[in-house]
Amino acid sequence: MNSIYTYFADIFHGLKSLLIGMSVTGRYFFSPGQIVTQQYPENRKTLKMFDRFKGDLIMPHDANNQHRCTGCGICETNCPNGSIEVISDRIELPDGKKKRIIDKHIYHLGMCTFCSLCVKTCPSDALAWDQTFEHAVFDRSKLTKILNKPGSSIIKDIE
Amino acid sequence: MAFNIYDFTSFNQSIDKALYEWLPPFWAMIVEMTIIGLVFLLAYAVVGLLLVYAERKVCAFMQNRVGPNRVGPYGIFQTIADFIKLLMKELVYIKDSDKLLFNIAPFIVIIASFMAIAAIPFAKGLHAIDFDIGIMYVVAVSSLGVVGILLAGWSSNNKYSLIGAMRSGAQIISYELSVGLSLLTIVVLAGTMQFSQVVELQSSGWFIFKGHIPAVIAFIVFLIASTAETNRGPFDLAEAESELTAGFHTEYSGIKFAFFFLAEYMNMFIVASIAATVFLGGWMPFHISGLEGFNHVMDFIPPLIWYIGKTAFIIWLMMLFKWTFPRLRIDQLLNLEWKYLLPINLVNILIMAFIVLMGWHF
Repeated sequence: MNSIYTYFADIFHGLKSLLIGMSVTGRYFFSPGQIVTQQYPENRKTLKMFDRFKGDLIMPHDANNQHRCTGCGICETNCPNGSIEVISDRIELPDGKKKRIIDKHIYHLGMCTFCSLCVKTCPSDALAWDQTFEHAVFDRSKLTKILNKPGSSIIKDIE
Repeated sequence: MAFNIYDFTSFNQSIDKALYEWLPPFWAMIVEMTIIGLVFLLAYAVVGLLLVYAERKVCAFMQNRVGPNRVGPYGIFQTIADFIKLLMKELVYIKDSDKLLFNIAPFIVIIASFMAIAAIPFAKGLHAIDFDIGIMYVVAVSSLGVVGILLAGWSSNNKYSLIGAMRSGAQIISYELSVGLSLLTIVVLAGTMQFSQVVELQSSGWFIFKGHIPAVIAFIVFLIASTAETNRGPFDLAEAESELTAGFHTEYSGIKFAFFFLAEYMNMFIVASIAATVFLGGWMPFHISGLEGFNHVMDFIPPLIWYIGKTAFIIWLMMLFKWTFPRLRIDQLLNLEWKYLLPINLVNILIMAFIVLMGWHF
């Protein structure tokens, strides 16, 4: 008797759960306003990526063309793919001490997996993510970028 | 030549008469058969393209996407572009394959669906062959397609294709029973197997309403079993993309693959047509006996529109199944058929016979 009950209970439970599933997809079908995909090339003007989107590695510069990078090279050692090269230089300060500054902060976009380890481990918060995402170029050499702007210098109080 | 959108009988007869007057009987018959064949071929291409487009759009809407929207307005030319791409693809020769069977298999599949479509009434008088055993003919012919699927799997010289074909064979042979029995339930109610008669009998109300609960159960069973028979999801484990890399048609490319693809969609169309004809009255407008004014308004809509509307509804239901339910395992699939659908069906047909015997139906 019990097995007969289970047999029919199975059928009705099955039918019920199938109907629940069908009602969900049916509801989506009849409410086209819920469409979540973006019509990309059309909305190119208005499309704004969210803040946490990892588009392109940048080194923010302030109004005086100054950045926060000390050239310590922690980002370079932490990068799993070797897509960062820091070429540092030494200058002599007026008081006779020697100080390390960056000559070039080279970023190979073509090798980057956007793991964000460089941004996380930077002790002086010199790196950040941009929200651009149209990275396609016709020449591979264009994927190699120098992040510090020409003629820039380090902000004074950063060690 | 009298052209009446509500009744194609006189239109067809006038063509028939003109041909027989103009040509000797043998050639007139040949010309008639060629015309019908060409019309069906054209319908095949148009319906196949439309269904592929509809499937992609329906699937997209159910998943909150937009679907094809690049080629032409709302992407309506997408399937035509896909078809041109398929036509231009290379027909790859498979090493150690059975060449004859490999080449024949797609044609067997498509011929089986082609034969089935001949018996379907599209509107009053719009009917290629009106067999007096039409329902049995359709059930018999539509199961021929499994031969093509088995041959395709066997001749490909590929273990995945063979496994896919075997699964498909087991599935179609099992579910053929449920399809046949659920149709038989309605045959018991109607007392005829002729499609034109079946439709004519539903002028006072569709069989799904006339046959009480057994007709509803038969309709549900038919929907499940016919979805399985056409190898569509959630019963598409014969061509499970993720497990068998497309199953029996793994090795096919270009136009031969397109044949399998087209046959799948046409089988869906045929099954939906049969469901619409047998359970929902085919081209017969929605009638409620007693309400004369309402019936007249319904009669005003052409039968072809009724037929297309009902078929489209069933096709939409089958697409809803495919994009809602997860794929069944092979043991679950056979359990569902042999432990649930078949016993329910047998009891159902008994109840229906009892109802007809007592005259309890409308």
